Amino acid sequence: MALTNDTIKQRLTEKFGEQVQQFQEPYGMLTFEAPKELNLKVLQFLFDEDDLAFRFMTDLQAVHYPDNKGRELAVVYHLHSLTANVRIRFKVFTDIQTPDVFSATALFSAANWMERETYDFYGINFIGHPNLKRILNVDEMDYFPMRKEYPLEEQTRVDKDDEMFGR
Amino acid sequence: MSDHHIKLPEGSIEKQTTTLNLGPTHPATHGVFQNILELDGERIISAEQTIGYIHRAFEKIAEHRPLYQITPLTDRLNYCSAPINNMGWHITCEKLLGVKIPKRVDYLRVIVMELARIADHLICNSIVGVDTGAFTGFLYVMQYRELIYEIYEEICGSRLTTNIGRIGGFERNFTPVAFEKLDKFLREYPKVLKEFENLFTRNRIFMERTIGCGPISAERALNYGFTGPNLRAAGVDYDVRVHTPYSSYEEFDFEIPVGSTGDCYDRYLVRNQEMWQSLRIIEQALRKVREFKGKEAEIFHADVPEYYLPEKKDVYTKMEALIWHFKIIMGEIDMPAGEVYQSVEGANGELGFYLISDGGRTPYRLHFRRPCFVYYQAYEEISKGAMLSDAIITLSSLNLIAGEMDA
Repeated sequence: MALTNDTIKQRLTEKFGEQVQQFQEPYGMLTFEAPKELNLKVLQFLFDEDDLAFRFMTDLQAVHYPDNKGRELAVVYHLHSLTANVRIRFKVFTDIQTPDVFSATALFSAANWMERETYDFYGINFIGHPNLKRILNVDEMDYFPMRKEYPLEEQTRVDKDDEMFGR
Repeated sequence: MSDHHIKLPEGSIEKQTTTLNLGPTHPATHGVFQNILELDGERIISAEQTIGYIHRAFEKIAEHRPLYQITPLTDRLNYCSAPINNMGWHITCEKLLGVKIPKRVDYLRVIVMELARIADHLICNSIVGVDTGAFTGFLYVMQYRELIYEIYEEICGSRLTTNIGRIGGFERNFTPVAFEKLDKFLREYPKVLKEFENLFTRNRIFMERTIGCGPISAERALNYGFTGPNLRAAGVDYDVRVHTPYSSYEEFDFEIPVGSTGDCYDRYLVRNQEMWQSLRIIEQALRKVREFKGKEAEIFHADVPEYYLPEKKDVYTKMEALIWHFKIIMGEIDMPAGEVYQSVEGANGELGFYLISDGGRTPYRLHFRRPCFVYYQAYEEISKGAMLSDAIITLSSLNLIAGEMDA
């Protein structure tokens, strides 16, 4: 039997009850969220069950919603069940003061650098990550540049003295 | 104790291993990234990768730009096959905006994407040859990559960072010269590819250097998020073109070549086979394009004036086109709110675009799933215990593009 979004939804609700919520299907991809304490349990459940078998992590990233008080940062997992060829999107929200989320590196080796990148840009502190340090930016950087409060540099600024490029 | 033992200063601890900085600017790394290798003799004990030397904050920049201005950013991801990135981005936008694309445009896109795939694989495979000491193949095939670049040039005017196409289609129809050049390429290229294979595939030196070099099992490859030829070389037949078809790929007849051991030789073979399959796809697409007659044969974009940048001559002569041109260029087109993930089969793996729109004029969040960023982290595991010279071949055979990795 082909794995449908409804089946996945049903299986998740059976297992986690009300805690897995906000089921949506934007552009056909099943999207849901869970409390951040449960993220590993949900991932493990999706990984282990033979009829689900979401064993391929396509992508992991964060989104910053500054107006969402108490749940400013979202970590978004894109998972792919290669046997059933179904993709799902799974989100956990965390507040910006204590952005602690459990690391998925034990389950997916692919999550290692993706979590480092997410930490680098959004400051999500992945608990249990073997080597959580900046990956694309310099180590000395003391802020998380993809958060919404940091604007792009203004193109017309004149105060910057750059010998090489003559500004 | 040997007589040649070096006398170390009093109190120093003798280090048994050598630390070697491979990169960031080393001729063998094909891009700006660094490997700090710990060597025991010539064997690698550990490799620590440092990346981000050409990070340009594309995701941040994209949050401040209207959709059509993001296309040139995608060029600079995998610059060996920029048209695939461009098309992937257009397809993502069209999915969000709900634009329906005419069949002819789909086929034209397929032609361009497969040309880009051939160009990319050609570079990668011939570079593996260079790293094993065979320079001839590389120089020889470069002339034929030139043919592909001339086709790009005929279609969009540029060669490397192409910015090809628009949201909704192409900027102009393919000219008759473009079709002539395509025919020339299809006529000449198979011979060259055959010759290239003759140079390498059963070459004793090449085989000895690449077989068993840098292998990865299917299970580990999946866990590491491998995609594209690297995953298929390990024996998993996952291909985005087949699993989640886009741009009418489901209408084409082609095979997914797979390897078994996931070593450099298998990766080489898979890429070579894929070039043959790409040729097949281009031929089919060309046949389909030529079946359109009359008015249909002139279609090169969808009829969506609110998203498709109008032709320049219309902007000068028609009021409506001028208005749309102004609105699009100034970025005054609101897009529907929503989130969309769209992936295409890039030349080195699944290239994904995760686009969140809050109904504004620029993306709220855009994330590129860059295939080589995801699979380069496996390099440490692959190269552990290998010889230094093998590690170099593995590096080039993984088809790493620094521009894509650092985004």
